[in-house]
Amino acid sequence: MENKFKVSAAPHLHDKTTVSNVMWQVVIALVPALIAAVYFYGINALFLTIYGVVAAVLTEYLIQKWRKVPVTVSDGSAVLTGLLLTYNLHAGAPWWLPVVGSVFAIAIGKQVFGGLGNNPVNPALLARAFLVASWPTLTLSGWIKPNSGMMSGITCLQGLGDKASTLITSATPLDVAKKLRDSDFVSGLASGEGAKVFNALFDSSTLQNLFWGNVGGVIGEVSAFALLLGAAWLIHKKIIEWRIPVSFILTVVALSFFFGGIKGLGQFSLLLPIFHILSGGLLLGAIFMATDYVTSPMTRTGRIYFGIGCGVLTVVIRLVGGYPEGVSYSILLMNLAVPLIDKWTMPKPFGGRKKK
Amino acid sequence: MKLKTFPGGVHPHDHKEYSKNAPIEKMDLPLKVVIPLSQHIGAPSKPVVKVGEQVKTGQIIAEPGGFVSITQHASITGKVTKIAEFPHPCGTTSMAIEITGDGQTDEWIELTNEEDVMSVSVDVMKDRIKIAGVCGMGGAGFPTHVKLSPPADKSIDTVILNGVECEPYLTADYRLMLERADDIVTGLQLVMKIVGAKRGMIGIEANKPDAIKVMQKAVSQLKDISVVGLKVRYPQGGEKQLIYAATKRSVPNKGGLPMDIGVVVQNVGTAVAVYEAVRYSKACIERIITISGKIVTNPKNLQARIGTSFQALFDKCGGAKEEIAKVISGGPMMGFAIPDLTAPMAKGSSGLLFLNKKEAKMDIEYTCLHCGRCVDVCPHNLIPSMISNGAMNEDWDMAEKAGAMDCMKCGTCAYVCPAQIKMVQWIDIAKINVGKIIRERQQKS
Repeated sequence: MENKFKVSAAPHLHDKTTVSNVMWQVVIALVPALIAAVYFYGINALFLTIYGVVAAVLTEYLIQKWRKVPVTVSDGSAVLTGLLLTYNLHAGAPWWLPVVGSVFAIAIGKQVFGGLGNNPVNPALLARAFLVASWPTLTLSGWIKPNSGMMSGITCLQGLGDKASTLITSATPLDVAKKLRDSDFVSGLASGEGAKVFNALFDSSTLQNLFWGNVGGVIGEVSAFALLLGAAWLIHKKIIEWRIPVSFILTVVALSFFFGGIKGLGQFSLLLPIFHILSGGLLLGAIFMATDYVTSPMTRTGRIYFGIGCGVLTVVIRLVGGYPEGVSYSILLMNLAVPLIDKWTMPKPFGGRKKK
Repeated sequence: MKLKTFPGGVHPHDHKEYSKNAPIEKMDLPLKVVIPLSQHIGAPSKPVVKVGEQVKTGQIIAEPGGFVSITQHASITGKVTKIAEFPHPCGTTSMAIEITGDGQTDEWIELTNEEDVMSVSVDVMKDRIKIAGVCGMGGAGFPTHVKLSPPADKSIDTVILNGVECEPYLTADYRLMLERADDIVTGLQLVMKIVGAKRGMIGIEANKPDAIKVMQKAVSQLKDISVVGLKVRYPQGGEKQLIYAATKRSVPNKGGLPMDIGVVVQNVGTAVAVYEAVRYSKACIERIITISGKIVTNPKNLQARIGTSFQALFDKCGGAKEEIAKVISGGPMMGFAIPDLTAPMAKGSSGLLFLNKKEAKMDIEYTCLHCGRCVDVCPHNLIPSMISNGAMNEDWDMAEKAGAMDCMKCGTCAYVCPAQIKMVQWIDIAKINVGKIIRERQQKS
């Protein structure tokens, strides 16, 4: 018999959240960061972003056509991947770098596994790792300094020796912090200059520069303020939940307070953790990448462990690793642990055990 | 009043505005009724009438088919015209008895009238409830006489009446509380007496403040009965959720029952049916059903005979203002989409809802994003996505570990799923298969 009415399984109501709704909300939340990047680094930041996004969308479209699956480029997930990948590059990168990165992110990071929902790690971060490994000089140097400030954000120091002033004019805040850990480097500075530079890293003027974005860095991480605006939007819209970002950031705060100092230059300071929150990609990573649905735990406790894991790895890489910044690798590594975390943190069903 | 609630859940728009101000209206006597032989949980009832036989209203036409089963009655006066497979309000088919009358004659079998209903002995009470064929009117339809006869080792101290009506659109229980508060309270007192409970509670969601007021007034002289205001949250009316919210006790999982923790829950409609059964020996042959939806011309709360066809109820409300895309028997969260209006209403039919094309629109289904929204809202603290993904991959072990057997299919997970996965459907498949595996395991050991 023919059905007169549509028949489907319950429930017959649905809240307004859809995949595309979620993706576009995250894209909207990332717009302030782009505006900040254009303001501080110039219009090239916008062009690179457009290249990256267009490449991501085109790649997704072509692969979905080829796989003969429904084309879902309008849902915003490819746009988001392209956006996040480009946000991980600096504004001085050549035009083809975001393009190659986006193609890799979509093709190898996502579609190879079957598309959205099936990728084991964050595609944008995987592509960033690929670019860093393939073109280390293009990705990790040649950064653009902000229009009206210092690369390192340190504006409170004058009259330093050559070596020290080159350091604060040409290195990003985390690069400076890394260089100061190298005792050979520090011993090459004039006496007391190492400590001066180190303390200047968390001078209130530097922290202000970091907060507003008047420092060198990659496109997406420039302005902590812009990223926090985005975070407020996402939490208000209930797209992300506080557990991952908060546990991630608090872990970094705690560890950098105890271990962020450098012997001979400076130890415990309440301002050191603030430097670590505002510098590098921590906020971008904690708010926008670690919270990626597909590659983060489903359980509430799992999200906290995940955030702590990201925080520990970030601090370990920043303070003892070979790279100045560790956010992206820490998230990638924790992504791989997600199935295990979910398994270990399975909630107990409501009601408890039956009495025998 | 401090509002109580349970962990998890969602808050859908309640859509009760369409029918909440429509007083209960008596549906015209139908020309024909179709009484499904399984409109309850348990074995189907066994017919005791033959085709061609004349029956009176309230006369027994089928006997319980097992311990967990119910007696069925003719809901109109007329002739048995068919005993065959008929459409069922769940969208399937089942054996049913068709009775054809003339739409006028309503000759009842002999009734009683106990002026002092509380003085009836407990055994007689139980008997009358059993013979009246009362089963849970909230939707699930568990035979009431079974629920009221807990094994001797379970002592019951609390009876909770469920006036939550957390399903959007439905207003049948709400109208009943406004219009028949005293009968509900007497029904509650009867249930308390039968199970020997000292405490009675009536749980009502805060979006029905006038019902709370009316019920509070009705119990104001009674020390042992209280009204519990509950936060508006779906599925507040789930048995385990209601018990937790009202008493902070939780029913053991993996097959635990409310009686394990000394509680019996009854729907307010069931309480009225209990009252009528004990006082008048009146069989459960009618109920209140909400006919609603934005497109229904005159949404109503109809008091209709069991077996009245959905078509007749729909016509009574003046039809629809727009093209109908989907019809739901029950509430929108757990009800059944039905293919047409040929099915009859049963004892558990709380609503008949009509949705237009826009309301019935379904977005495309994605793969699971692992966003965890279903985990956040699951009122039973399960991992719904793992159960449904387990079912998709036929990984029954995973489905079982994620809690398939504890799921009550409230649909909260599917309601929030951004990927629009039909999770309840998959979980249903998981429950069937996991259940089979568990039974095999038990047989082996």
